[in-house]
Amino acid sequence: MTTSHDIIVIGGGGAGLRAAIAAAETNLGLDIAVVSKVYPMRSHTVSAEGGAAGVIGEDDSLDEHAHDTISGGDWLCDQDAVELFVKEAPRELLRLEHWGCPWSRKPDGHIAVRPFGGMKKLRTWFAADKTGFHMLHTLFQTSLKYDTVRRYDEWYVTKLLVDEGRVQGVVALELSTGRIETLLAKAVILSTGGCGRVFPFTTNAAIKTGDGMSLAYRSGAPLKDMEFVQYHPTGLPFTGILITEAARAEGGLLLNKDGYRYLQDYDLGKPEPSPVLRSMELGPRDRLSQAFEHEVEKGRTIDTPYGPVVHLDLRHLGAKVIDAQIPFVRELCLQYQNIDPAKELVPVRPVVHYMMGGVHTDIDGAAPIAGLFAAGEVACVSINGANRLGSNSLPELLVYGTRAGRMAAWHAERAKEPSHAAVAQAADEHRRLERDLLGRDRGSERLSAIRTVMQTTMEESAGIYRTGDSLTKAGETLRELQERLPRAALDDRSRAFNTELVAALELSAMLDVADVIVQSALRREESRGAHQRTDFPGRDDERYLAHSLAFREADGSCRVDYLPVKITRWPPGERVYGR
Amino acid sequence: MSDTIALDVARYRPGQDTEPSVQRYDVPLRKDWVVLDGLNYIKDELDGTLTYRWSCRMGICGSCGMTVNGEPRLTCATFLADYTPGPVRIEPLENFPVLRDLVVEIDDFLRKLQTLKPWIVRDTEKLVSEGEYLQTPQELDEYRQYSMCINCMLCYSACPVYGLDPEFVGPAAIALAQRYNLDSRDEGAQDRLDVLIHPDGLWGCTFVGECTRVCPKHVDPAGAIQRYKLTAAMESVKAFLLPRGAR
Amino acid sequence: MTTENPRSAGVRPRPYQPQMSVWWWLSKRSYLVFVLRELSSVFVAWTVVFLLLLVRAVARGDGAYQDFLAWAANPVVILVNVVAFAFVILHTVTWFALTPQAVPARLRGQRVPPSLIVASQYVAWAALSAFVVWLVVGD
Repeated sequence: MTTSHDIIVIGGGGAGLRAAIAAAETNLGLDIAVVSKVYPMRSHTVSAEGGAAGVIGEDDSLDEHAHDTISGGDWLCDQDAVELFVKEAPRELLRLEHWGCPWSRKPDGHIAVRPFGGMKKLRTWFAADKTGFHMLHTLFQTSLKYDTVRRYDEWYVTKLLVDEGRVQGVVALELSTGRIETLLAKAVILSTGGCGRVFPFTTNAAIKTGDGMSLAYRSGAPLKDMEFVQYHPTGLPFTGILITEAARAEGGLLLNKDGYRYLQDYDLGKPEPSPVLRSMELGPRDRLSQAFEHEVEKGRTIDTPYGPVVHLDLRHLGAKVIDAQIPFVRELCLQYQNIDPAKELVPVRPVVHYMMGGVHTDIDGAAPIAGLFAAGEVACVSINGANRLGSNSLPELLVYGTRAGRMAAWHAERAKEPSHAAVAQAADEHRRLERDLLGRDRGSERLSAIRTVMQTTMEESAGIYRTGDSLTKAGETLRELQERLPRAALDDRSRAFNTELVAALELSAMLDVADVIVQSALRREESRGAHQRTDFPGRDDERYLAHSLAFREADGSCRVDYLPVKITRWPPGERVYGR
Repeated sequence: MSDTIALDVARYRPGQDTEPSVQRYDVPLRKDWVVLDGLNYIKDELDGTLTYRWSCRMGICGSCGMTVNGEPRLTCATFLADYTPGPVRIEPLENFPVLRDLVVEIDDFLRKLQTLKPWIVRDTEKLVSEGEYLQTPQELDEYRQYSMCINCMLCYSACPVYGLDPEFVGPAAIALAQRYNLDSRDEGAQDRLDVLIHPDGLWGCTFVGECTRVCPKHVDPAGAIQRYKLTAAMESVKAFLLPRGAR
Repeated sequence: MTTENPRSAGVRPRPYQPQMSVWWWLSKRSYLVFVLRELSSVFVAWTVVFLLLLVRAVARGDGAYQDFLAWAANPVVILVNVVAFAFVILHTVTWFALTPQAVPARLRGQRVPPSLIVASQYVAWAALSAFVVWLVVGD
């Protein structure tokens, strides 16, 4: 079965919905489809809590936001993209306000901002502590206005069709019926998010399995800077639920097993009674996560059945302040871990949170394959470089979602009709799905076993600290898992709503992406931002002031090239905090 | 506390079964495991055919609503330990067609939501360069509660009116309409009222109040609807008493 | 063009349509209370009718009034009135409890707490009852 659209957006989260709206507004004659494996309001954007940065204060400037972003990214950010980003961010956040987003306000009715880790000035807009939730629902509800945006809810894209160097469409599986359909298109926008589920402890929802990254990678588009995996320093153990940075911005303290504010030992400033921007508990996330690892080595962390943790202390704030400023934090701790932060210490540990890397795009969100675009966490423009500052990813969805949407519209207006070869490719994919997945003989092991080995390997070998040896071994393990996957058992052979089939497809995508992370990390022989090599502890601007570009070779292996970073006005300096 | 608990899970395979049946599984009982952890254990280790929706594991995405021992609950926020010694009965959300096992069809809600114009409706829009619409914290407070809906559908599952009459617009949709009506930036209240003044709209609600009782985000849809009824009644009276120009 | 693989042509599988049982209102305590609450309006109506009959009897003079009292002393009528009284209490208590949800009040910019709204209704009820008692019993 084949249908045609002008533009297909894969993924219905913040970036995808924003792109769909932008494309629709650019040209109301375009037929736009949003294809998402979950209903859009379930997308992971919904769980972002802290806020969205956009210069709005009289005492603030675009250059300062740009500088904070670039230095926070350890100079791996493309500065032209950052300059564009900081300029567009406040405009996009305002546009969302016009669409109804309930930004928190000052008493006079103007937008309020709060401090956030890594930002030197107050510029983080917020909607209580459910910023991502409100942004996503505002975008979803606003998208309902556009008749030209048609949704395919609970459809899983299994392949990108590419021919003659340009995108032709996708093959997708309708979950409720098991129907496999070919959706042809002149432009495709990937907005499928990151791949935190490749690791065992992650803030990411179950759906973050790197599907779009894998689709692009298998089609010949390179994945950029995949070795930069951001850990959020404070996640609940076991569930990985994020305890927002805002808890520290309001005055929360990080203590080791001796009740000591250990961050002062790691060049992050001096302990003050109130939070100080960019210092101590408000330092950048990668430095906080690294401090945790050191505390583990020194034996100063607390042991639990879920591994080592440290404590987040909010008790001194009192229930009233907590309920007013960070009510969600209290709710989360009580409802999911049975702890009351107003009265008890909260166990936390670093958890994988965000992928700085992703599908390589230019400043317009265009990937190297004609007609392929990407925006949001799935993409790497790069504005986040080696380490993303908190509250930059939400405006990124809006700024690059808009750009990708507009560019896709421009492209679709001019593109040729999809080719016959694409349709033949689709038929091959239909057959592959039928034969390899649904037609499979009883397998020898469970999907969950393969997934667990992958996650454990990644945490041990490609976690906060890495070595050449551990990465090489990890690469071998992953290759072995790739071979084991086709032999895994699928209990579920039915067509209707086969989530086990989707899990197998997702695991296949995750193994691709895990391999790219490991290979990119192995090649980068320096330490920068979130990528820390104990065998190469220094930053090496001579060899590595460049993005890694990972390409899939014909034999399935990964080749890594390098692309120099675009420096405009800020020459690389030292990342310095708390002084 | 024993170290396992039995889960009696509803199964339904369309095309094969004419109606749901129950299958029992034993899962580990841990102090911090929720019902969803039990289901994941079954799918990963015991029976990969068990089908259900979930995503965020933190009560914000709205995917994992199911009926647990007769009550609509988010299974990510329901501790197994609260149901000892078990067995725990897990069924799909009531009042919805069952697509498979614990997965229900929710497109009806989305269709109804769309008819209510759940977006800011204005005669004249501001330009981005003109800055934000001013909205004081008190004005935001007027609708804030109704904006917290995660579309989990527990309220529809609890509402006997929706169960008896599937045409009823339903609690979450009306609460979301109110969210926009009460937003100081919106001017679309009349449009929404025109759609909702209807026996299956606003007036279908008989204030059972179950929706509010089960709502995991304290949206209070029942309160939203009753307030809306007052507004609607006053509008009807005004329309009756005042000539067109004076309204 | 692709030839349609008959297996992937996807006949829409039939979802299971649950039917609501006629006894749905017995399945939960909150449903039962709701149905009884709704039923109580019948008894509220009866109480109003009874009061009107009383007023009419008084208006028609002493003879009619005595007849009315004799009728009201009938065990069946007493039983009905006892049951009606119970339902009217239920009606009142549930009505009071629901009022804050239906009418959120503001005093000087702050939300009036629901408990205050509920309490003020009981106070008003007590005051009215005291007045009626005084009317009937007082000099």
